[in-house]
Amino acid sequence: MDNLELKKTANEIRKGIVTAVHAAKAGHPGGSLSCADIMTYLYFEEMNIDPSNPGKEDRDRFVLSKGHCAPALYSALAHRGYFPVEELTTLRKLGSRLQGHPCMQHTPGVDMSSGSLGQGVSVATGMALSAKMSNYPFRVYTMLGDGELAEGQVWEAAMFAGFKKLDNLVYIIDNNGLQIDGPITEVCDSNPIDKKFEAFNFHVIRINAHDFDEIRSAFKEARETKGMPTAIIAKSIKGKGVSFMENSVAWHGVAPNDEEYAIAMADLEKVGDALCQK
Amino acid sequence: MSEVKKIATRVSYGNALVELGKEHEDLVVLTADLAAATKTGIFQKAFPDRHINCGIAECNMTDIAAGMSLTGKVPFCSSFAMFSAGRAFEQVRNSIGYPHLNVKIGATHAGISVGEDGASHQCNEDIALMRTIPGMTIISPADDVEARAAVKAAYEYKGPVYLRFGRAGVPVFNDEATYRFEMGKGIVLREGKDVTIVATGLTVPESMEAAKLLEKEGIDAEVINIHTIKPIDEELIIASAKKTGRVVTAEEHSVIGGLGSAVCDVLCEKQPTLVKKIGMQDVFGESGSASALIHKYKLDAEGIFEQVKEWLK
Repeated sequence: MDNLELKKTANEIRKGIVTAVHAAKAGHPGGSLSCADIMTYLYFEEMNIDPSNPGKEDRDRFVLSKGHCAPALYSALAHRGYFPVEELTTLRKLGSRLQGHPCMQHTPGVDMSSGSLGQGVSVATGMALSAKMSNYPFRVYTMLGDGELAEGQVWEAAMFAGFKKLDNLVYIIDNNGLQIDGPITEVCDSNPIDKKFEAFNFHVIRINAHDFDEIRSAFKEARETKGMPTAIIAKSIKGKGVSFMENSVAWHGVAPNDEEYAIAMADLEKVGDALCQK
Repeated sequence: MSEVKKIATRVSYGNALVELGKEHEDLVVLTADLAAATKTGIFQKAFPDRHINCGIAECNMTDIAAGMSLTGKVPFCSSFAMFSAGRAFEQVRNSIGYPHLNVKIGATHAGISVGEDGASHQCNEDIALMRTIPGMTIISPADDVEARAAVKAAYEYKGPVYLRFGRAGVPVFNDEATYRFEMGKGIVLREGKDVTIVATGLTVPESMEAAKLLEKEGIDAEVINIHTIKPIDEELIIASAKKTGRVVTAEEHSVIGGLGSAVCDVLCEKQPTLVKKIGMQDVFGESGSASALIHKYKLDAEGIFEQVKEWLK
């Protein structure tokens, strides 16, 4: 996919996120929107996956360690063809395959249940170690939040991954700078994030999370990096794409009402229309 | 029972892993800097490439095991019960229990028989914690023969299993030639009509000795070994309670949430029976030799005998 197609796809994924959270009347739009471009790149460009065979053994794995951003994962999976896009409006409802946080038994394409912060990182690291031990060719990706970096387990996992030189493993840190109680710099500052991962023997790449050239080159560089895992620190805008949600702590875990939903969708339609003019 | 051979079930664990490792390439063993103490070191010696030391980071280790199970391995994740079930409880709950992954948790140093290390390392709460996780199987073997059979059964079963082992040597009372382990099935070791003693782990042989002492007092005790605490053998417990009308539970664990509670959960709904729970009475342990502690907290034959006799008065 070229960048224009990726942008269009990401915009559709953002519409799916907003639509799902609006329908659920609950959920986490801010962090879902901030990671939407990278989720798009992973599911439409980077990963070796097959929506018609979600469990194929040699597939690349993805673990959403910041599991509360399930709407981004579900929207990416739906648009990639794992299940109907219309199903996104069942998010968080009784009987839905789309649980509030990812559940691997319910949702096709979800490689691991997650939601309790800090755990997905370790699970992804275990997958990568297993692949190394058996010479499996697949790669493992995990997405975590910058607020999540306060979980001690993240650093247990990072120490282990660095020590084991897991170069088939990529941590992506969605660095939107905001967590539920406020800016990360005010809650429990995880900066400097790059120096921390360097100290844990990671190859560190810093990118703009909304620039597909930078995203593309980062994943390429990660694939070419040998002897150490890669941490991609992706500087993002929380709520990206929806005017009133951008850079707002308030939209961490709140759903838009009908009126707000209409504005959000209009914002995204406008972006979509502009992309179609290109 | 000084003439009886004693083997710690943690040693049985290490030996069983080696035997299984020979047959099964997908078996991997994890530890958190406790290879020597948990006896996974025995496996490490035989299969160094399949032994993963995660350092002192039990929460990470637990989820590393989860990830490995999702990519074709059968991990045995090993630490002390305090850390396996205690420190990493939420990892077990959310990353193993909830997705029902095929991870085996080998928890050694359970209960007060840890001994000299004291209360910080004497886990009397692990059964209670693990019982609350839907779909978790809990096995608490009583001797070397049973422990090795349990490890094999855990490997063959697909799903999460919590295996509870002890640090101290315990008598080997099962006969290797005739012993048969069936997950979820209790074993009647002695038939009786006056009272049922349901025991698990090291209190099983102690309860057998207690039954002999009770016999001298004219009390005919039935002794049941419950090696699988979840799913528990309801049928056997109900039938025995119906027969004797009095049930005693004996465990090296808190009386809150452990075997005693599991038995009560069955009986209160299906065969209301008076139950006396022998175990750690909502207290922490302390330093001392394993045998001194087992005696002090009345989990040895004498302690069980006295408590049963007193209760039946």
